[in-house]
Amino acid sequence: MGSRTPLYDKHVAANARIVDFGGWDMPLHYGSQKEEHHAVRQHAGVFDVSHMTIVDLSGARVREFLQYLVANDVTKLKDHGKALYTCMLNADGGVIDDLIVYLMSDTDYRLIVNAATREKDLAWIRKQAADFDVAVVERDELGMLAVQGPKARELAAGCIDARYRDAALALKPFTGLQAGDTFIARTGYTGEDGWEICVPAVDAPGVWDCLLAAGVVPCGLGARDTLRLEAAMNLYGADMDESVSPLEAGLNWTVAWEPADRNFIGRKALEAQRAKADNRRFVGLLLEDRGVLRNHQKVVVDGFGEGEITSGGFSPTIDRSIALARLPAGDYDRAKVDVRGKLLNVRIVKTPFVRNGEVRIDTVGEKQ
Amino acid sequence: MSELPGDLLYTRDHEWLRREDDGSVTIGITDHAQHALGDLVYVELPEVGQVVSEAGEMAVVESVKAASDVYAPISGEIVEVNDELADDPEKINSDPYGDGWIVRMEPSDGIDEDALLSPDDYQEFIDELDD
Repeated sequence: MGSRTPLYDKHVAANARIVDFGGWDMPLHYGSQKEEHHAVRQHAGVFDVSHMTIVDLSGARVREFLQYLVANDVTKLKDHGKALYTCMLNADGGVIDDLIVYLMSDTDYRLIVNAATREKDLAWIRKQAADFDVAVVERDELGMLAVQGPKARELAAGCIDARYRDAALALKPFTGLQAGDTFIARTGYTGEDGWEICVPAVDAPGVWDCLLAAGVVPCGLGARDTLRLEAAMNLYGADMDESVSPLEAGLNWTVAWEPADRNFIGRKALEAQRAKADNRRFVGLLLEDRGVLRNHQKVVVDGFGEGEITSGGFSPTIDRSIALARLPAGDYDRAKVDVRGKLLNVRIVKTPFVRNGEVRIDTVGEKQ
Repeated sequence: MSELPGDLLYTRDHEWLRREDDGSVTIGITDHAQHALGDLVYVELPEVGQVVSEAGEMAVVESVKAASDVYAPISGEIVEVNDELADDPEKINSDPYGDGWIVRMEPSDGIDEDALLSPDDYQEFIDELDD
């Protein structure tokens, strides 16, 4: 038996197919992954993301510490509640994890890191924090729910403390709000609008029941993966890991090069890599032939070499197979993928594939 | 889970076989299999006329989760494939023993019933898997 979130019994009651995910017993789906996927694109769905790790940092030098710890620059966060997506790098520029940083107060930040990397992340953060007198507190007494979809905020509003309802509905994207002992942020991992809600574990089942009663559809990790793939949001461990820098994972935009004198872990290695001309491309692929692209399939680019699919799957919204891939440097827009011994045609497309319920890539004029 | 059709034979690879009046055999995957795979999104079918031998790869079913081979439960020639699965692979999810059939074969060596499972034996087999 793996670790269980405060919502485990709710998943079982909703007929979830439970699978192991990084040591956690998590719902894969509750019947149909595709229907859950469509519910988030068209209506509203809720995911139990309580397995994710919440870490609160505090101390007089906490900002200075985070400017050293992560590749993005937390001084971009001006207002309390604002969020920043960033990578935490090792000295070689490899990605230890990707995370969201919230500015809670002038001396407090909240980090949300991946579940599968929890132990190494905490060890790394604590090791680096020692020189800055920063307190590192894991908030494992909190549960977390992600309510996502065009109707998500409207339906979830009835499930939060009425005193904070208007303020929560007024939150701008990538901003959060402490509402009593609940933290509500307008963030997510699906490419749709919505909230991520951190609540004390004991309150999580009540919020879950309220959301379902409001018509929000319970969604499992399966739909979470196809939604984030359509939104071209990276998955740690698939699209990047400690052997890959953000520059080869499509995450250049998360690296803050200015101010030039900010010394963050991995900066020297990244600067050396940035100066090179042969960095691998990180791209979106649309399969033109029939079939399904999967992680680790080989991509062949005539005249340029080979690469690999880092995340591949079927897109329920586009009704085609899509993928993220790391490919050789060069100017080209087509490639072939070795799918079970057959070379199938793919086209390189600008990501995201889907955002806010709409297909963003050009699929016109091709047959499937 | 629904009751197994009593007129079919089954395999430990979660396939079913129906003997047709003309001597051919229709083959698909079981309800247990489609449930384990999840929503199907693509089916790769063999060519009509292709000769397959028992336990050889015959088709591929791909769900949102993964790709799985479908092995030929008997040796023979493919005489018909369910072309409708190309546009609607979810027929396997919604009707695994009916509209979700995959191929029809002409057995070359007949059917070795001893190598296959009766409905009761298959039920017992999947009950043990679920335990």
